[in-house]
Amino acid sequence: MRKRVFHPCGNYHENYADQLKVYETDYGRFFAAAGLIVLFGLAPFVSSQYFLYILNSIGIAAIAAIGLNILIGYTGQISLGHGAFFGVGAYAAAFLATRCDIPFLLSVPAAGLITALVGLIFGLPSSRLKGLYLTIATLAGQFIIEYVLVHWEDVTKGTMGITLPKANIFGLEISGDIPFFYVIFMAMLAMLWLAVNLMRTKYGRAFVAIRDNDRAAEGMGIPIFPYKLLAFAISSFYAGVAGAIWAYYTVSITAEPFNLGLSVEYIAMVIIGGMGNMSGAIFGAIFITGLNELLRWAIDLMMNMGMVTQTGLNLAPLREFIFGLAIVLFILFEPRGIAEVWRIIRSSFRLWPFSY
Amino acid sequence: MDFFIQLVVNGLSVGFIYGISAMGFVMIFKSSSVLNFAHGELLAMGAYIFLVLVTWVELPVYAAFLLTMATCFSLGFIVERLFLRPLIGEPLIFVIMLTVGLAAMFKGLILLIWGGNLHTFPDFLPSWLSLNWGSVAVQPVYTLALVVGTIFLVLFGIFFKFSSQGIYMRSVADNQRAALSLGVNVKKVFALSWAIAALVAGMSGIILGIINGVNVHDLSAIGLKVFPVVILGGLDSIGGAIVGGLIIGLLETLTGGYISPSLRDVVPYIVLVFILMVKPYGLFGQVEIERV
Repeated sequence: MRKRVFHPCGNYHENYADQLKVYETDYGRFFAAAGLIVLFGLAPFVSSQYFLYILNSIGIAAIAAIGLNILIGYTGQISLGHGAFFGVGAYAAAFLATRCDIPFLLSVPAAGLITALVGLIFGLPSSRLKGLYLTIATLAGQFIIEYVLVHWEDVTKGTMGITLPKANIFGLEISGDIPFFYVIFMAMLAMLWLAVNLMRTKYGRAFVAIRDNDRAAEGMGIPIFPYKLLAFAISSFYAGVAGAIWAYYTVSITAEPFNLGLSVEYIAMVIIGGMGNMSGAIFGAIFITGLNELLRWAIDLMMNMGMVTQTGLNLAPLREFIFGLAIVLFILFEPRGIAEVWRIIRSSFRLWPFSY
Repeated sequence: MDFFIQLVVNGLSVGFIYGISAMGFVMIFKSSSVLNFAHGELLAMGAYIFLVLVTWVELPVYAAFLLTMATCFSLGFIVERLFLRPLIGEPLIFVIMLTVGLAAMFKGLILLIWGGNLHTFPDFLPSWLSLNWGSVAVQPVYTLALVVGTIFLVLFGIFFKFSSQGIYMRSVADNQRAALSLGVNVKKVFALSWAIAALVAGMSGIILGIINGVNVHDLSAIGLKVFPVVILGGLDSIGGAIVGGLIIGLLETLTGGYISPSLRDVVPYIVLVFILMVKPYGLFGQVEIERV
């Protein structure tokens, strides 16, 4: 058995492989294992139906946010179309499940692939340009996809929406919040594992190089165009998978939720959580989903108070305002997001109480 | 045939207004290469401030217009000072995300204050502004837009060509570092370009408000329609913005008239993707060639 590493008093990296470690210390490994046990063994049984629904929403949002983080945080390109790509994934899964009778386990990754292909249509023209043309192309993608989702009635049934069959894994029927909790979080962990390890490969390093200095990256022999496109395809794949799982979870889907607001919400998750940090996407998903529910609750409460009802003030836009405010404040004061705050908190407890 | 000509006239008039709205956007992009996603909300701000001054304060129209322009100018100044100044030197991606956040913030604020209903200005345009040639009619507001827009274009032309501030702005647009080392106050130029952009946006917001009524959802949608316009015209060309606006406006009304009204709002974005494929730097944009 190898020697356990706890808190080293300094930086003892001896080779490059040490630098690439996911867990710095065995404490990290221990806490990850403990977290998994609490998540899978305890959380679904102690939380109420409503809280479980929130947890599931967080899990789905986290998958999409991890994907978007690969694009924004690691490759330095912005996509304003992830709300629509999420919708493409949902509709692709719904189409595959209802028309082609493809089982859950196949239709979810297939929906991801379809979304990645749709994403490529908008990525292709813009990735060969320098600068942030991808942002503009995906903005166009957002509107075009929204239009197609409503008007291509043969496939999407327009405003009627599609009702999905129950998800089925090897004969086991998945329905209700607790089974979905396991499916969603297993998928999220798999996607997280994939993303973390992808960033440690040649591809991940190329993405970071393009983000930091595209000229230098090209000078080092990284072909920028294919790599930017690859990052975009991967991140659309993540959005598609998240959308597909969401479609199975909510059972019946229509085109309304996949608007520009949703895209901004995902961007907010990545920014607020922490760009270029995998745990950041999860923090962001927790923060935004939590903020959403909190504001809904607070606005309901305030709307029922006599004082507010009398003035006839509509407080619903408060949500949008606070959303924007949160993005602005985080960019101005903590551009590296919650992940950085978390790192600062953790490092101040390092070797506590005898820190060096 | 009359239907076609009427559509063309309408399209060109709408397109001219798109072009004017895009001018402010291009101005910010040229000086600081920031894509301003809050442009539609700046349009809406102008329209709502004018609405308040005209209907609630009941100022005469000319005074209200001038006061709105002044307010928008200072608004642009304040936005730059409070939100964008701290980000000078940060990666561009943060600045662009900041404008996305600002857009959501302003939209929420406007909705909180004025609600999502459609407001209309009182009818103050004299009827002699409407032009008629046979069966083709131009509504007074479009004539007004043409006159005001042209005045602004000429004023900006003179400003950029002859005034020292205008020359500073052009120098920063051309090469920020070189301008800085030659003693141009780049911060001041940024502030000024935001202020002027907000002023132009406010003006186009008022005109759009006269045409469609004042509604924050519609106006912010038009703010995003600026993107097809500027991509078509070339991101860094003010003249290109006007031409791009005319083409987009024309395409929109023709699609709405002949193919389907619901496709109308999507056509600009289809054009955008197409343009990115065939002529990515637009009609009048500067082609960047870089070899490594």
